Amino acid sequence: MKILTKIVSFAGLALTIVPSIMFYLGSVELDSAKVYMGVGMFMWFVSAPFWVNSKA
Amino acid sequence: MKNTLFKKIVAREEFERDSVPGDRLKGSKGFLGMYAGEHAAGTEFVIGPLFVAHGVSAGDLFIGLLLGNLLAVLSWGLITAPIAVKKRFTLYYQLERIAGKGVVNWYNLVNALMFCFLAGSMIAVSATAVGIPFNLEMPTLTDWMPRTSGWVITVLLMGAIITLVAIQGYSQVSKFANIMSPWMILIFAAAGIVGLAQLGVGSFDSLIATANEVIWTGVPMTGMTKFTIWHIIFFAWFCNMAMHIGMSDLTILRFAKSWKYGFLTFAGVYLGHFLAWLASGILYAVFLQANAASQEFAPGAIAYQTLGLAGAVCVVVAGWTTANPTIYRAGLALQGIFPKVPSWKITAIVGGITSLAACFPALVMRLLDFVALYGLLLMPMGAVIFADFYFSKKFGFQDEQALNSHTNFSMPAFLSWILTLAFCLFLNFSYGVDIFFLGLPGWFVAVAIFVVLSRIQYPIKKQLIA
Repeated sequence: MKILTKIVSFAGLALTIVPSIMFYLGSVELDSAKVYMGVGMFMWFVSAPFWVNSKA
Repeated sequence: MKNTLFKKIVAREEFERDSVPGDRLKGSKGFLGMYAGEHAAGTEFVIGPLFVAHGVSAGDLFIGLLLGNLLAVLSWGLITAPIAVKKRFTLYYQLERIAGKGVVNWYNLVNALMFCFLAGSMIAVSATAVGIPFNLEMPTLTDWMPRTSGWVITVLLMGAIITLVAIQGYSQVSKFANIMSPWMILIFAAAGIVGLAQLGVGSFDSLIATANEVIWTGVPMTGMTKFTIWHIIFFAWFCNMAMHIGMSDLTILRFAKSWKYGFLTFAGVYLGHFLAWLASGILYAVFLQANAASQEFAPGAIAYQTLGLAGAVCVVVAGWTTANPTIYRAGLALQGIFPKVPSWKITAIVGGITSLAACFPALVMRLLDFVALYGLLLMPMGAVIFADFYFSKKFGFQDEQALNSHTNFSMPAFLSWILTLAFCLFLNFSYGVDIFFLGLPGWFVAVAIFVVLSRIQYPIKKQLIA
């Protein structure tokens, strides 16, 4: 379960930074990049609390 | 039930009045992560744009930040950390042993007030994002007073919520901040990349040209003073003056296994005070391109324009996660003075003062000056700790004089503080020395005053005879 939430978290982080690079490279429109970043934010917010502060 | 809960909430630092034992020391990884997260905060959304508004040039900013941050890291590593690992006391207890409880009470009062204003500025920053869906009229660069009643209501509501959360649980907010930290750092990076793309940067040459001609043009905006490389160096060095040469971070670094951990602050300053300041400056330049000659200064709106919802949420989260622990710390500082008043009442009062302060956009617009003032006010006490540690034996005066002389009020420590600030004020008023440059001469003056007065009042010979 923890592995799954970590995968979602890191996918969320990827969706936060990758769209900006794609926009820079001209592969995606700004509005789409904003949507992807919003989705990435949501994914990080709902998954990270399950593992970021745990010690194990 | 409630009492137990509140006792749990106000549980103080571990080893509040003891040296940290060897088995409780922490490794470098924890310090690296903590510093990396700590310096990507709500203030970063304001400081980067203010550099743009103050007309700093690109070269001055880049080199100034590299050097200033390096000096800050060296201050942590060479001044704060060696004392922290040798003594392993909190700042407050170390200060109490030297200056006495009476002086520490005054220190706590000033500290608490500064924390209130800092938290207030962060609430105002968050409000610039929260107000977007309500079409709230945003403050401008030259605003000192609130523009609309809507602004006041938004800020007071946010202040009330943040205060309630601060009353109910610091640890949860701290955990929340830990969670948000990696995401916020990436948002800053994304802001820089998207901003550069929007400004048409496609190559290294165009990056240099855009940086010089569009972002950091070297021309200050209307009503703003001109910043040089010296402003940047000294601001980057001293924006955390209270923490390094002011010795606040004794409390953190006393858990370090080695004094060398002080250098791990590089992770925080080069992420937060380099990358984030550059990125938020780029964001502001994009905003100015789209809103030519606009005087509006609203980090929330600026981030929303470039990054959409994620940008606006980042501003709210960054402001909140900075304001909340700051309110809590202000409450703790005041509770040192009024130990019998329940902590929740103190936190509520602090929250009220903070919320009122947040109504005034001046706190955001003059954040650079405020941050410099905050450090300057607390710095002399750090100089006193430094002088006590290194010079007491060399110059023949009693170390930890309050403890060893059984006094609650060390006059040398108190006068070092007051006279240093008077000296800085004199330099400012009589010679027009900018506030950013006062910390360096002030530190030497504080050390000198403390050494001379301690030699007079607490000479070792006199103590031995007594």
